[in-house]
Amino acid sequence: MAGSTLEIKDLHVEIEGEEILKGVNLTINGGEFHAVMGPNGTGKSTLASAIMGHPKYEITKGEVLLDGEDVLEMEVDERAQAGLFLAMQYPSEISGVTNSDFLRSSINAQREEGNEIPLMQFIKEMDKTMDQLEIDKNMAQRYLNEGFSGGEKKRNEILQLMMLKPAIGVLDEIDSGLDIDALKVVSQGINQMRDDKFGCLIITHYQRLLDYITPDHVHVMMQGRVVKSGGPELAQRLEAEGYDWIKEELGIDDETVGQKA
Amino acid sequence: MAVETHLPYDKQYVTEYSEKRNEPTWFKDIRLKAFDLAEELPMPKLEKTRIRNWNFTNFKHDVAGNNIESFDELPEKIRVLRGEGVEDRNLIVVRNSDVAYAKLSENLKAKGVIFEDIFTAMEEHSDLVQKYFMQDGVSVDENKLTARHAALLNSGVFLYVPKNVVVDEPIQVVFWQEDNEAALYNHVLLVADQHSQVTYVENYVSNNEEEETVANTVSEVFALDGAKVSYGAVDNFAKGTTSYVNRRGTVGRDATLEWALGQMNDGNTISENITNLMGDNSLSHAKAVTVGRGNQSQDFTANIRHYGKDSEGYILQHGVMKDRASSIFNGIGKVENGATRSNAEQESRVLMLSEGARGDANPILLIDEDDVTAGHAASVGRVDPLQLFYLMSRGISQQEAERLVIHGFLDPVVREIPIETVQKQLREVIEGKVY
Repeated sequence: MAGSTLEIKDLHVEIEGEEILKGVNLTINGGEFHAVMGPNGTGKSTLASAIMGHPKYEITKGEVLLDGEDVLEMEVDERAQAGLFLAMQYPSEISGVTNSDFLRSSINAQREEGNEIPLMQFIKEMDKTMDQLEIDKNMAQRYLNEGFSGGEKKRNEILQLMMLKPAIGVLDEIDSGLDIDALKVVSQGINQMRDDKFGCLIITHYQRLLDYITPDHVHVMMQGRVVKSGGPELAQRLEAEGYDWIKEELGIDDETVGQKA
Repeated sequence: MAVETHLPYDKQYVTEYSEKRNEPTWFKDIRLKAFDLAEELPMPKLEKTRIRNWNFTNFKHDVAGNNIESFDELPEKIRVLRGEGVEDRNLIVVRNSDVAYAKLSENLKAKGVIFEDIFTAMEEHSDLVQKYFMQDGVSVDENKLTARHAALLNSGVFLYVPKNVVVDEPIQVVFWQEDNEAALYNHVLLVADQHSQVTYVENYVSNNEEEETVANTVSEVFALDGAKVSYGAVDNFAKGTTSYVNRRGTVGRDATLEWALGQMNDGNTISENITNLMGDNSLSHAKAVTVGRGNQSQDFTANIRHYGKDSEGYILQHGVMKDRASSIFNGIGKVENGATRSNAEQESRVLMLSEGARGDANPILLIDEDDVTAGHAASVGRVDPLQLFYLMSRGISQQEAERLVIHGFLDPVVREIPIETVQKQLREVIEGKVY
C-alpha cells in the first residue's frame, strides 16, 4: 500500500461559539503534496489545528478519517501515533525540557515499549538532520523552543517532522518568519520527505514557499471553505494576479470568516 | 480540644540536658535565657497562614541514635544520598540527634577545615562557635520558636573553612530522623572565611506518617569577604513532622552565596530563607522549589536584604500544588538606603494541579534607595493546555506530557543542587509526590 489517506469531509469548526470552518472537503493521499492557500483570516490555520485536536477548537459537524479511522475520536497523542503530524505556526515554549529529550520521548512514544530507539542511533540521526537543516548543534541541549528566534522555531518543527517521519504532515505557515536562505533549507528538508508513503498538507499565505516545494494540488480557502482547487498552475496564477479574480468569479465580497482566524 | 501550646519540658530539664552534654557555660547560659524568652515571646507572625492548630509541642526531645561501624550498615534510602564510588565523600550522618557516621579527608583537616557536630565544635572550638552562634544571623529572641530552638538544641553541624582555602569536593550532611517521634532542634553553622570556597549539601529525612513530632532547624551561613558558598538542601520530613525552618545568610564584600533548596516536606511547614547582602558587590541567588500535596499547609519566605553597594539578589521560587495543599510564597527584596546600584530581582511561580489546591505568590519590593534596579514576576496558574497540546501532538501521552511540564517547571532549581546523587533523589521525591 502506498501510504495513508487523510479524508476531511464537510468539516465544521467553531472557536468560542463562532463558526470558522463551514464545510471543508479535502483528501490527501500518500505521495501527494497539497497546498492550501488563501488570504489571512479565511480559516487555513484553523483547519490545521482542528485536524490535530487543538483544545480551543470545537468540531460541530463533519469527519476526519485517516485510513478510514475516525481521527476526531482520538486523543491528540493517539492522532500522532496514528501517523499525523502538525508543524505549528506558533510552537509552545517548554522550559526545563531539552529539545533532544523531547525529541527522543516523541520518537519512543511512537514505538513499542521495549523497542525504544538506541541512544547512539538517535544522536546520529539528530546530528545528521540538524546539519541538513543548518541548525546550530547547541539547540539540542536548549530548552524546547525557549528563547528560540522565529526562524529557529520553524526549523525545529521541520527537524521533528523529519525525525518522526509521519504518514501525513500538516505544515501550518512554516514559511512565515523565514528569510530566503532559511526557506530554501527548510524546503529542501521537506522535499527530501517526498515519497509515496508521505502525504503533506502545506498551509501558506505566500506563493514563495511553492517556488521551492512544488505541490501536486492547490486549494484556495475563503470564508471557511475550499472555494477553488487546481494544479500547480493555480498557485502561479495566484502569484501573478492575486486573489481578486477568484473573489470576482465567485461573487465574494469579504473573503474572511469570523473576527479573525 | 485545644492544642497544647506549652512545652513538655521545663527549665530543670534544659539545665540537666546541657550538663549531660558538658556544654560550655556560655552556651548553657544561652539555653537558659532562651528558655525564659520562649515562655514570653509570641509565635512567628505569618500574614496569610494560620498556624494556631499546628503541633509545636508534642515530641520527644532526647532520643539517642546508634553509631555504626561502617557506612554500609545504613539503610538504602540513606546510602543512596551519598551514592557508590564516593567512599571518600566528606559526610556526616546524623541519626536522631547523634552522629552515626563522620568523615573528613586528611587533606581538608590539614588545611584547617573544621567539619564536626556542633557539640564537639563547642568543646574544641568554643570561641569560634560562640562568635557566630545566633549573634549576627538568627537571633534567639526573634520569636517563640527561635528561642525554643536555642533552648532545646539537640543536634547540629559546624563547618568552618579557613581563609583562602578552596574546598573542591562537596561537603554533605544527612539528618536522618530514624525515630518517628524524635524532634530535631538542629543548628547548622557554616563559616566560610575570607576568599574561601565551599559547597555544602544537606538532606533531612524522616518517616513518621502517623506519629507527630517537630523539626525546628536553623542554618546560619557566613560568606565572609570574597568567599563563595554554594548551599544545597533537600528537606524531606514526613507528614507527621511540623517544621520551622530558618536559613539565614550573611554575605560580605565581593562574596557570593548560592542557595538551592528542595522544600519537599509532607507536613505543615514554615520555611524562611533570609540573605543579608552586607558587603559591597555581594551576590546571592535564592532558589527554591516545592511540591505540596495532601492537606499540608506551607508558608515560604525568600527575602534578600541589600545593604552593600552594587549588591545583587535574585529570588526564584517555583511551587507545584496538588490535592488540597496550600502554600504561600512571599518574595521580598529589600534595598536599604545607601545600597546604591543594587539589583533586586525575584520570580515566584505556582502551578496548580487540582481544583482544591491553593497557592499565593506575594512579591514585595521595599526600596529605600534611589539608584537601584529591581523587578518581580509572579504567577499562579494551571498547566498550560497549549503546552500539553504541543507535546501530545508528537505522540506523548497526557500523563507524560504533564510530567515533562512539571519537571521542567521545577528544573531551574533542581539542576542547581550541587551533588548529583542528591539531585537524582530530589527528582525521585518530586516524581513520588506528583504521582
